[in-house]
Amino acid sequence: MSVRIVSLFPDLLGTYGDGGNAVILAQRLRWRDIDCELLTVTADETVPNSADIYLLGGGEDGPQSAAAARLIQQRSLHRAVENGATVFAVCAGMQILGESFPDMRGNTTEGLGLLDCQTLRVEKPRAVGELLTKATEVSLAGRNIALGPLSGFENHAGRTRLGSAASPLATVEVGEGNGDGHEGIVQGKVVATYLHGPVFARNPDFADAILSMTVGDLSPINDEESLTLRSVRIEAARRHELTPKPTLRQRLHWRKK
Amino acid sequence: MAKPSPTPFARFRTAAAVAVGRMVAALSKKFRVGTGSVIGGRAALIIDPHLLAHLTRARDVVIVSATNGKTTTTRLLAAAIGADQPVISNWLGANMTPGVVAALGPSSPFATAVLEVDERWLPRVLKEINVSHGDSSPLRRGVVLLNLSRDQLDRTQEVRHLAEAWRKAFSQNQPTFVVANADDPLVTYAALTANNVVWVSTGMQWTADASGCPSCAGRISFSETHWSCSNCDLQRPTPSISLTDDGIYAEQNYSISIPLPGRVNRMNATFAFAAARQFSIDAERAIHAMEQVEEVAGRYRTATFAGQTVRLLLAKNPAGWHEALNLLERPDTPAIIGINSRIADGHDPSWLWDVDFEQLKGRYVIATGERRHDLAVRLHYAEVEHEVVEHFADCVRIAGQHLESTDITIDVVSNYTAFQDQLAQLGGLV
Repeated sequence: MSVRIVSLFPDLLGTYGDGGNAVILAQRLRWRDIDCELLTVTADETVPNSADIYLLGGGEDGPQSAAAARLIQQRSLHRAVENGATVFAVCAGMQILGESFPDMRGNTTEGLGLLDCQTLRVEKPRAVGELLTKATEVSLAGRNIALGPLSGFENHAGRTRLGSAASPLATVEVGEGNGDGHEGIVQGKVVATYLHGPVFARNPDFADAILSMTVGDLSPINDEESLTLRSVRIEAARRHELTPKPTLRQRLHWRKK
Repeated sequence: MAKPSPTPFARFRTAAAVAVGRMVAALSKKFRVGTGSVIGGRAALIIDPHLLAHLTRARDVVIVSATNGKTTTTRLLAAAIGADQPVISNWLGANMTPGVVAALGPSSPFATAVLEVDERWLPRVLKEINVSHGDSSPLRRGVVLLNLSRDQLDRTQEVRHLAEAWRKAFSQNQPTFVVANADDPLVTYAALTANNVVWVSTGMQWTADASGCPSCAGRISFSETHWSCSNCDLQRPTPSISLTDDGIYAEQNYSISIPLPGRVNRMNATFAFAAARQFSIDAERAIHAMEQVEEVAGRYRTATFAGQTVRLLLAKNPAGWHEALNLLERPDTPAIIGINSRIADGHDPSWLWDVDFEQLKGRYVIATGERRHDLAVRLHYAEVEHEVVEHFADCVRIAGQHLESTDITIDVVSNYTAFQDQLAQLGGLV
């Protein structure tokens, strides 16, 4: 059996480098001699409903609404989820899977309803910077998997509120995440996050956890460079390396104190 | 109606602003804080907030803006117009208002200004230079628009917002002419509010940021030579000037052979040519002048370093990397790639995954810069043989060990601040 991975609408949801997640998942299977097929489906094509893993990435406000409208109209992703497929979504991709999200004018727009969450526009600045979670354990397809801290970069205006059917993926250590101290969502085999980077580049165990829902246990592979990157970025987030530097005025003010 | 001449006080304030700006710049340079042009410009703008308007009230101005190719096109256009008349330009790439006034301050008040302007600052600069420019004024205000694509997503606006802002700017402050890229749907959409547009076609390699129509919710479909929206009437305008395999076609063919490498620079030269024609520069003279430009603010610099010949290339975003990877030396030579993520680079290098590094397979790549580990993981998944090295001199030395003969040039491709660091090690700007 070949694992079928669909990269959904990279032409609409491909702005933030999340296409890398598809490359990484496919490569991690190939390196273990597991057959896999990577399908790229653009917005003018029909979404297949028989694939194993569907990936959605971040995108701009306008294209995000267009992607949601197409997926609601086609309902292929809904059917795939009913059939037991895994869905992994990032940022704008996560927002459209919820009940509703704000469009580019701030109007509430209908989402796919595959996640019990709502994304709202809030009176807070856009969340931009390194995002780091505390060590986390996720329950995926009936198995508990320890993932350690998750590292990535966030860049979003909306904040996401979870309903009772959804669980958070992790708790935030540095950054904003969903906006309530939590980061990401897990609901059945639908997993979503605000982490870019792409997230699987920095968190190889997370990539394998997603794959394991389809293929079961995976043998270890050489992740030395990913683990180096991971520790460098976790360090950087804890040092607030990319957090905006204080202005001269603020620094003088502190010195007086 | 043209604005009345400035009062003696206004003239004094402008002169004082320029003098103070130069003094601050000189001090900054002396104490090695920086090159001084931006801080000098800032100081000058405190004294005269409308300094840009005052410094452009007697001269023609042409602005070059885009995501990629601004600095090179500005340099080529300054050369082309400079073949015929005095020009002044912010050729070091300080492309926001302070950098622009710093460049203009010391110049003759009548020299034509050829200005690289940051794409986000274009509306502000256009408004400012039109203040002193009445309808009856013979002064020209030209704009050259090359392309718009994703760049530094954590700090710049998404490209569609930029296209909207440009559009509004042209309708509020009509330029005398706009030279615009007919192959780029975002640029076309933005330029359509201008009254006088010269459409230029150079082919477009990177269309990934333009598949959604900027005007409606439709999609842009691209064919070999055309694009159009599936839903509204936005489509590729008919160009009057094009880049062909034989040269630049503008009613007749002009052959062009510039020392700057690659198709991307012939594209830049085509836009510069189109803008120079608006200044009635003789075509042959314009081309000849552009053929004298060998290096642009350190880009394409070839130098000897750590015992090897190296060439510096700059690439700042996926579209730029697409062009840069096509410029590399023959496929079996090693390459050094440097990635930083300071403010000028953008803090998020996720775009590394939008670059087709898979095409480097077969080369030995040395990953350097502050985000070398991000690059290493990208190369790992692309199955490109590589090594992570911190210091530039070590990179060059190790690349040298993978060369078959020492007369081969080692290409170094880096994003903005990594490039600046390497350029400084090669002796900086001369």
